[in-house]
Amino acid sequence: MSALLAVDNVSKRFRGLVAVDRVSFEVPEGSIFAAIGPNGAGKTTLFNLIAGVFAPDAGGIAFAGERIEGLKPDHICRRGIGRTFQIVRPFPALSVEDNVIVGALLHCRHLGAARDYAHDVLRRLDLYDKRLHPAAALTLPDRKRLEVARALATDPKLLLLDEVMAGLRPTETDRIVAILKELNRERGLTILLIEHVMRAVMALAGQVLVLHHGAKIAEGAPEEVVRDPAVIDSYLGAEAIE
Amino acid sequence: MAGLVPAIHAFLAREKTWMPGTSVQPGRPKAEPGWPGMKAAKPSQAARTRPMPLSLYLNVAVGGVLTGLVYGLMALGLSVIFGVVRVVNFAHGEMMTIAMYIAVTLFAAFHLDPLLMLVPIAAVMFAFGYLLQAGMINAFITRPEHSQFLLLISVAIIIGNTLLILFGPDAQNVQVAYAFDSYAIGPLIIDATKLYAGIVAVVVAAALFAFFRYTTLGTAIRACADNYTGAQVVGLDVKRLYALTFGLGSACVGAAGTILLLLFDVTPAAGASYTLLAFVIVITGGLGSMPGALLGGVLIGLTEAMAGLLFTPSAKTMFAFALLVVVLLFRPQGIMGKRAA
Amino acid sequence: MIGRLIEGVPRRGLVLLALVLALLVVAPLFAGDYLLTVLILVLYFAYVGQAWNVMMGFAGQLSLGHALYVGLGAYTAAALYVHFGIGPWIGLLAAAPIAGLAGAFIGFLAFRFQVAGVYFAILTIAFDQFALVGFEHFTWTGASAGLFLPVKQYAHNDLWHLRGHPAMFYYVLLVATVLAYLFSRALLQSRIGYFWLAIREDEEAARASGIDTFRYKMLAVVISAAMTSFAGVIYAFYYNNLFPAQVFGIEHSIQIILAPIVGGIGTLFGPILGTVVIEAIAEGTRSLMGWVGFDVPGTKQLTLGMILLFIIIAAPHGVWPWLSARLRLTGKPK
Repeated sequence: MSALLAVDNVSKRFRGLVAVDRVSFEVPEGSIFAAIGPNGAGKTTLFNLIAGVFAPDAGGIAFAGERIEGLKPDHICRRGIGRTFQIVRPFPALSVEDNVIVGALLHCRHLGAARDYAHDVLRRLDLYDKRLHPAAALTLPDRKRLEVARALATDPKLLLLDEVMAGLRPTETDRIVAILKELNRERGLTILLIEHVMRAVMALAGQVLVLHHGAKIAEGAPEEVVRDPAVIDSYLGAEAIE
Repeated sequence: MAGLVPAIHAFLAREKTWMPGTSVQPGRPKAEPGWPGMKAAKPSQAARTRPMPLSLYLNVAVGGVLTGLVYGLMALGLSVIFGVVRVVNFAHGEMMTIAMYIAVTLFAAFHLDPLLMLVPIAAVMFAFGYLLQAGMINAFITRPEHSQFLLLISVAIIIGNTLLILFGPDAQNVQVAYAFDSYAIGPLIIDATKLYAGIVAVVVAAALFAFFRYTTLGTAIRACADNYTGAQVVGLDVKRLYALTFGLGSACVGAAGTILLLLFDVTPAAGASYTLLAFVIVITGGLGSMPGALLGGVLIGLTEAMAGLLFTPSAKTMFAFALLVVVLLFRPQGIMGKRAA
Repeated sequence: MIGRLIEGVPRRGLVLLALVLALLVVAPLFAGDYLLTVLILVLYFAYVGQAWNVMMGFAGQLSLGHALYVGLGAYTAAALYVHFGIGPWIGLLAAAPIAGLAGAFIGFLAFRFQVAGVYFAILTIAFDQFALVGFEHFTWTGASAGLFLPVKQYAHNDLWHLRGHPAMFYYVLLVATVLAYLFSRALLQSRIGYFWLAIREDEEAARASGIDTFRYKMLAVVISAAMTSFAGVIYAFYYNNLFPAQVFGIEHSIQIILAPIVGGIGTLFGPILGTVVIEAIAEGTRSLMGWVGFDVPGTKQLTLGMILLFIIIAAPHGVWPWLSARLRLTGKPK
């Protein structure tokens, strides 16, 4: 498997605070890759760098062989990277269906085709029955799935999920985990996720990257990483392994 | 056929809002209309036929600066309100005209100098602003921006038209005893009214600065401005502080209006132009920056005066707006503002 | 195509619509001169309100200087007629691009430099005022003394030159309003419409979904400006005189936004219903005042101001959403 996403020595500072410190890693195509670490470790900043919200101060990011650092978010999305936000941002006045149609319209010129595509995505994410509800009326777990659905509707090759499990009960977490696994397996969707919920990380990730103070402190298969003393010290604590 | 159309025309025709303000001439009677008034006087005959002496430029400039200080005070009120409550007060100019009309009425009834009425009028405006915020605007803090604009636009319409009904459309002014006096300082000849106006404006502004800098209440208000949620968490009653701030901003604009009455006439229609003027000043000088508001005011007062002297008087409005556009594009935080959080 | 346009509208809505339309079509036959003038004004503001709504209601950009586009349209067409005898419909071919260009310019400056919200609104006011002062010195169009169109007695209606009986203007505006409605609806249900709504709701999330927000915001501004300029052309040929202070004045801009706001921003019937409500109140007040004998200038505007205040507080989304819910006409597009 070749690397779909290659992050090479990327750094970002905000007026004296080094948020991301020379981080390098590769996400193989078709894999599920998790980034974990304590709060403030730079995970979301890393995501924002990949998604084009800001440009890195140093280093490069390559997607499918092409450099993407510095591109605007809408360009990045059109290249094939979809993202969700840590604090969900649905389009509140639009219906669930319309939210996803917006995503689908990226590649479906016709409204009818977009609607059909959106319906498929909604079915996958278990939101089809609620498709006519206004997005603002959804519960948090539903909104999270909507966020994923909208990003998915843009037909990405790589999906960036920012703490999508946060605030969910274990059953809901399992539900999303199942959906993500299915997407990965059936469509070969590459997933890069930030997570604190170790249950999800262990269940999903093939590779884990650990960040601390903006720098990579460990990388590898989940079982190895959770036993790494540096990781335990800085983040997990001794009882975290489930 | 007394129709709607002629009525609207008549209404619109009354609003000669974008005509030039006064061109400053030493010793001229104060009956000159101001920024929102009718066409300004042209430069004097003498000025047209000879190259103008340096002292004339200086006089005009100084007059402009002094007037600008009063504009600055008006804008200060807006800056304080926007900086803290984050509401765009489209009724700002209208509130100032309320103060001006109160002063006019009191002068007509009791012959009281506006400057003496400053404190009571400011107090009344404080109460007005406080009640407005507490009673109406506070509910709109979380609503979308356009809702807030509209709320204040409707308040502005109500105020403007109430004044129109009460006082009629004609310009009103006060003629104080010293209206024609002037002081000679070196080569300068400064109108007494302008001098007093400028000085009082600075004093009021200084009082406001001191309040925000040195009192606990002032600090609390500044805290709200910097961090709404943080302030709440720390236990500040933000709504009450907002009301206080709006009250202060209103008092400020009330003081400015009372002072301005020494220099310009008032019409009910003047409110809208003053509101816009205040915005131009505040954005140029820097939203949320108090010195910036004064600086912006002086800048505008100066451009107004100099443009009136050098070009056709109406061109100065274009200068003010050109300046605004440039600032909005290249330095949206204004000359002295901080970057938006 | 008609089918697609009426898709989703409940039966009673269609019936009501047909009824209203029929009434509007025959109105000039029964209305007196005065009522006709009022109706023309209603249609004018209904049309312009819809054009404004494209920018605000659909794309979320608050324009408080929309009179600029009316003025540009009016002056362009009028000047071409007065100086070269060019008819208004040809004049429109020049007026619309000019207005569109002005919109594009403002939009470009604003969006490239991230001017949004309050600041954007103030920017639009600034340009409007700039044009006002500019035209006051522009002698080719009469400067502040005004531009006057030659008026001949309307022995017959000349649609090509828009000279004639007010009823002609009425029908022109009626057709324009209906077309504007259909156009807005088509836009809203298209790909562009979806992108606009997304931008309006959350611009950053829209960008993350692949939407080129700059381009679509520009599109909204240009379309809105060009549509508005048509109203300007009608304005010029109906009133036959143009004064910069009136056409470009901020009061005009505020009147333009009142109807869509009262009716409901972002809705299709909002601007139309809003104008009706406002004119009804205005006329009602005027009649009441006349009857009571209290005819002081400013009372009508005061009442309007109070009604506006009431609506903003009680029905912030406008009268149309409230009304359509009451009449159970929901099912119509937002």
